[in-house]
Amino acid sequence: MSAADAKGIVIVGAGHAGGSCAAFLRQFGYAGSIVLLGDEPLAPYQRPPLSKAWLKGEADADQLRLRPDSFYTENGIELRTSTRASCVDRAGKRVVLSDGAAIFYDRLILATGRRARRIPLKGLEREGVLELRTAADADRLKASLSAPGRRLVIIGGGYVGLEAAASARALGAEVTVVEKEPRVLARVACETLSSFFQDYHRARGVVFILGAGVAALEGEAAVTAVRLDDGRLLAADVVLMGVGAVANDELAQEAGLSCENGIVVDLAGRTADPSIYAIGDCSRRPLPHYDRVGHLESVPNALEQAKQVAADITGRAPPAPEVPWFWSDQYDLKLQIAGLALDAPTLVVRGDPATAHFAVFHLSSDHRVRAVEAVNAPPEFMAGRQLIGAGKPVAPDKLRDMSISMKEVAA
Amino acid sequence: MAKIIYVDHLGTERSIDVKSGLTVMEGAVKNNIPGIDADCGGACACATCHVYVDPAWLEKVGAASAMEESMLDFAEGVQPNSRLSCQIKVTDDLDGLKVTTPETQH
Repeated sequence: MSAADAKGIVIVGAGHAGGSCAAFLRQFGYAGSIVLLGDEPLAPYQRPPLSKAWLKGEADADQLRLRPDSFYTENGIELRTSTRASCVDRAGKRVVLSDGAAIFYDRLILATGRRARRIPLKGLEREGVLELRTAADADRLKASLSAPGRRLVIIGGGYVGLEAAASARALGAEVTVVEKEPRVLARVACETLSSFFQDYHRARGVVFILGAGVAALEGEAAVTAVRLDDGRLLAADVVLMGVGAVANDELAQEAGLSCENGIVVDLAGRTADPSIYAIGDCSRRPLPHYDRVGHLESVPNALEQAKQVAADITGRAPPAPEVPWFWSDQYDLKLQIAGLALDAPTLVVRGDPATAHFAVFHLSSDHRVRAVEAVNAPPEFMAGRQLIGAGKPVAPDKLRDMSISMKEVAA
Repeated sequence: MAKIIYVDHLGTERSIDVKSGLTVMEGAVKNNIPGIDADCGGACACATCHVYVDPAWLEKVGAASAMEESMLDFAEGVQPNSRLSCQIKVTDDLDGLKVTTPETQH
């Protein structure tokens, strides 16, 4: 590789963000070279189904894959899987790979994602202790639950933990979730939602141990039990660690780019280096509707930022800022969340959680919708998302009144 | 296998062979058809795969489910022939189906 090759875009990270950015660049007419580097052996695929349909065996590899392998060759995107970047040489405008080879870039897009957080815990190295981030992780988990009646202990009651719990029940496993906070989803959802999900899972056989710390993972070569802080011992064939994720921002840090639990970028995905962008889970970005910066771990965010960068590089008008949103499927529940519950002291519940069809609206002190958490309630989600974007006040009484349609509330 | 014709908002037609069993949305995303975002990957959670079905095909394509209807209710630029393309499964019967994509999703 010589400096003569220094015309083009290098994307580090072949996940949802990186893969989609390459596709948007071509859609938007970028004709130069694109090299897409991924450290996994697979072409870009969807991660959300890993804890859901994929784990339950309801999706095949074709459905998981974002685009067929032929897509990359047909669109002149040089996809290099199982390839890890080891450093970014900003002065030389090149990415050095773990095998020592270098690739020159005009523009570099970091889309390195997040990895499962590892907490210091005795016994983490034992066989049967798993995490769930990649397709390989999901395959290991699926294989370890292939016989019915396996005892799965999930450490962490976040979305990954709860989705895996629901899927593992469908596979016939005995499931216990250990959470150190007094409720599941403590950092990401309101109490009404937490208690609804706890009840729903309990009714389907999941055991919760809340407000409990883990002292160690016991066993010999393989894990056999989880020891809690209070001494209790939970027998386990498989342990899934689901305690959050950390940004893969080391490449950027070592290259001297600003990082705070994510690579700091602006609304066009630009870092302080005009040649380097960062998108998706690994980035820390302005949140336009919320007057602050933060990181969003979601597919919609990965796509939004992929579009911002592709537009910036091809000279297109920047896409309009979007209201962040998230979804989760557990059993027959469809949870859709729009917005972020920030500066929102007033909670309004619309519908009855006992019917598994309700929404919780988070309102600012002047009654603007800041976030909505909707369970099996698409109109509440869709209208809520629009209301957040519009920033227009709503009357809590109207919102609470199921006889008034969401169309009317949002009008 | 069915040939699906995707028409963008400017009228440009792209004809794609889509495997039976995939959805009209998957056929678009896998072939980089502009105008279909499909943020949620087909979970009927986002309404970013909104298309207009050619009126001649409406009957063959069938009606939207209640869940899809309620998502569509809030999509932009909805018309009587609006559908979420993640909810249209491709079958041999749909060979020649024509759908038009809006300029932007959301």
